[in-house]
Amino acid sequence: MNNLQSLSYYYPELILVGVILCGIIYDLFIDKSKSGNVGIFLVFGLIIVAISILIQDNKVTSLFTDSIVKDPFSQFFKLLIILATIFVSIVSLKNDELKIYRKGEYFTLLGIITFGLFLMVSAIDLLMLYLSIEIVSIMSFVLAGYLKQNTRSNEAALKYVVYGGFSSGIMLFGLSYIYGLAGTTNYFKVQQALSTLPSESNTAVIVSIIMVLAGFGYKISAVPFHFWTPDVYEGSPTTVTAFLSVAPKAGALAMMIRFFNQVLADGGAMQGLDYISNTGIPWAEILSILAIITMTLGNVVAIQQGNIKRMLAYSSIAHAGYMLLAMPAMSGDSIYAIMIYLVMYLFMNLGAFFVVVLVKNKTGGESLEDYEGLGWEMPTVGACMTLFMVSLTGLPPTAGFVGKFYIFASLIKGGESLYYLVFIGGVNSVISLYFYLRVVKVMYFSGSKNDVIKKPGRVMGIMLLLTAVPTFLLGIYWVPLATWIQNSLVFFIQTN
Amino acid sequence: MEYILSWLIWLPVIGIGAIGFIPREKKDLIRITAAVTTGLQFLLTLVLYRNFDNSIGVMQFMERAEWIPSLNISYILGVDGLSLPMVILTGLLFFIGVFVSWTIEKAVKGYYALFLLLNMGVMGVFLSLDFFLFYVFWEVMLLPMYFLIGMWGGPQREYAAIKFFLYTLFGSVLMLIGILGLYFTCGKTFDILELQRIAPTALDGVLWWGISAIKVIWILLFIGFAIKVPVFPFHTWLPLAHVEAPTAISVLLAGILLKLGVYGILRVNYGLMPDGVYWFSGALAFLGLINVIWGGLCALAQTDLKKLVAYSSVNHMGYSLIGMAAVIAAGESNGYNLKAAQAGLGGAVFQMFNHGTISAMLFILVGVIYDRAHHREIEGFGGLATQMPVYTAITALAFFAGLGLPGLSGFVSEAMCFIGAFPVYKGIVIASTIGILLNAAYFLWAFQRVFFGKLNEKYTELPEINSRELFTVIPLLLITLFFGIYPAPYLDIISSTMDVIIEHVVSLSTLASM
Repeated sequence: MNNLQSLSYYYPELILVGVILCGIIYDLFIDKSKSGNVGIFLVFGLIIVAISILIQDNKVTSLFTDSIVKDPFSQFFKLLIILATIFVSIVSLKNDELKIYRKGEYFTLLGIITFGLFLMVSAIDLLMLYLSIEIVSIMSFVLAGYLKQNTRSNEAALKYVVYGGFSSGIMLFGLSYIYGLAGTTNYFKVQQALSTLPSESNTAVIVSIIMVLAGFGYKISAVPFHFWTPDVYEGSPTTVTAFLSVAPKAGALAMMIRFFNQVLADGGAMQGLDYISNTGIPWAEILSILAIITMTLGNVVAIQQGNIKRMLAYSSIAHAGYMLLAMPAMSGDSIYAIMIYLVMYLFMNLGAFFVVVLVKNKTGGESLEDYEGLGWEMPTVGACMTLFMVSLTGLPPTAGFVGKFYIFASLIKGGESLYYLVFIGGVNSVISLYFYLRVVKVMYFSGSKNDVIKKPGRVMGIMLLLTAVPTFLLGIYWVPLATWIQNSLVFFIQTN
Repeated sequence: MEYILSWLIWLPVIGIGAIGFIPREKKDLIRITAAVTTGLQFLLTLVLYRNFDNSIGVMQFMERAEWIPSLNISYILGVDGLSLPMVILTGLLFFIGVFVSWTIEKAVKGYYALFLLLNMGVMGVFLSLDFFLFYVFWEVMLLPMYFLIGMWGGPQREYAAIKFFLYTLFGSVLMLIGILGLYFTCGKTFDILELQRIAPTALDGVLWWGISAIKVIWILLFIGFAIKVPVFPFHTWLPLAHVEAPTAISVLLAGILLKLGVYGILRVNYGLMPDGVYWFSGALAFLGLINVIWGGLCALAQTDLKKLVAYSSVNHMGYSLIGMAAVIAAGESNGYNLKAAQAGLGGAVFQMFNHGTISAMLFILVGVIYDRAHHREIEGFGGLATQMPVYTAITALAFFAGLGLPGLSGFVSEAMCFIGAFPVYKGIVIASTIGILLNAAYFLWAFQRVFFGKLNEKYTELPEINSRELFTVIPLLLITLFFGIYPAPYLDIISSTMDVIIEHVVSLSTLASM
């Protein structure tokens, strides 16, 4: 479809761009103390964008001369990302760390990241893939360093830039190899070209794909591309950390699924990576190893963390590992499992970070000691945090369990060669119990019991409930969600 | 009557809701609410008993509803002769537990809310017939238990709580893998009754990495359940958790939670993998023997009265395992010795119940003395018989029940286990008599040190057991006496179901005729 025709299918993004631009202009005319209004404006804008995505027809098509697509799969991820952005924006308004700064740019940047993520989940062209990653990355660097008077925040931004620049450089290099091998940047043409390559070029294929994996791995913070994660998560404003731990991860996983499924596997057949072309390269094993070291390192190192943001950073690395675990199967079921896991992860992880924001507003600290006696002082917050921790561990009846259940089920279904992954994933859940429960222990078992009950603010209270209630309910009944994801599991596939 | 099983499970949730609305200062009201909730639940279990048909060994009062159709997960409940006694025991012990923990003053509201949540989980496990539902209830028990031990327990409570949690979670993860393996090899269903029909044939000949899938799944599920029983060498969490937990929670741990393991093995492993029963029964009997002897030796070495009782649980559950292994006696290779299989399996199930009442009694009695003396060192007492005659008499009876004195219920079930297992595992049964000696030795020796000899001068003012405590012990004591003299009512409930299980295992196992 040519550019002009494409525009008529592209209105959600156009509305989003409009919202961002109006936000920038609006910010020029308002006082610093009222700059939070840009956030409210962004939230309403995003709601309109979400509605416009919902009313789109479910026609599957490629836009802008085959560089991005509109399919149910991308629409699902767009809605997920909007939800995360809305949640984070609202909580950002109540985040005391940002109090002394002008917030207009902050929300504008969040909007631009959202736009970048939209491109990320719908790219089917190597160039668009790189471009979307860069949009998201560069805006994230700025947001990570938003607390300009805080040295930690500055450090975070700098580290993020260095790592980001390095890994996207490697990725670009890998992409250039692929272009050299295939002579095209379109996913489907690359797939055809790769599958007809003689086996002598296997080395080139494997090197280039591993380089591309560096870029993906960096975005979802998979080991060994994770080194930026703890420092950036610790230094960034907590709300930005919350956002980074969910939305870019969802976007990058969507992109990765599309890439592996359509460049390496026979687009949309979803029969597992073993069916890839005829190169005979063990992609399943490579991804398995990546998943195993990612979750094991994340969980083991998280045990030693005394700072809750660092702990959640390592926990988010571990969760990236759980999601990667389903990749080797690369079946419809495993993609489905990753999608369902992401929804569950969104609620439980954002919820946990919202509690961190709340506690930091109250005590100014983010180490474990600041949570002493929280369960007695603020019973609702303590109960919510317990729920999030239990859910992150993956115990029923919470959302986290359902996510893990689908991941494990997809692997068991994938055949006995993948059973060991389930076992390692299970052992990892047991390890993770130790550090998640430590938060619970600190909240309830230590610290003096204070009889004065404090309440979270109204907005924070509502946001906590909006994350806690789904975390619990989706653990008990998730049929509507399952149906929605089932319907979203439709990819654009080019047939010649 | 139609939804009685659902009522049993969800009644505690209503109780939690009610407690939620009571201000935390009104402690007595909270306690009364918990007592009313568990009391109603206990009454419901008795209603269930009255309407239960002993003559058929199939599931009764079944409930079935769709839950997650896309995964074929349903909400299925049912009760048979295996689960009914456990359900009644659950109702009884939770009701008693409310009164045992009446003196707890710390965060009463949270305590009883978690207590009832635990109640819901336990009831759910015994009644659910859908594997997914079973697993959810199985896991729901963990968190309340963690809090109950970790917040209201003894000095080492935090360590005990996390150790308990990590151990059981590890077991559950293995169990989950086993469940998923069953799901995908047996036609994508979690319905336990359906799996009982399909699994024995569907698993036949399936190989994973060259090992029979039956063996793999059996081991996965067995470890999950064995940690709960606890079977040696998975028992190390138990003494710690028992000792650190508050009295009422020790009562429930020993009285009911350990039974979940045995129940799970009988319901799932026996029901779904008859071949596995044949393959593993020798090991099961042997593990039982180790439990009996190891538990006995450890109990003998304890200086802490509560730890002694805890290790006695390891010892007593061993008898149950030996009895369970006897089920293969009914097969062709053992000359169709149906009587032995009935005695063994019946004994194992009866032992579950008896240990539930006896160990509950023992823990309550240890709690009574701990509340007064604030320590549990066996050597620190002496001569209490003159100071607390009533308490001494009751404890004597409880200890006798524990060591299996004829005329008390423990004797009947232990004897049945041995009678059943003897034709098949002569060596193991003979060897495990050492365990009986140890069993008698540690109870009698402890009794002698605590109650006889010269009265410790510190304890001349020790008050006698009070009426609330009597109220919690007497019912259990009466049950022990009653079943010791006349076990028929209990055996009537279980016998048809036991016959069905034996028939199922023996007829569906391809190994039975070899």
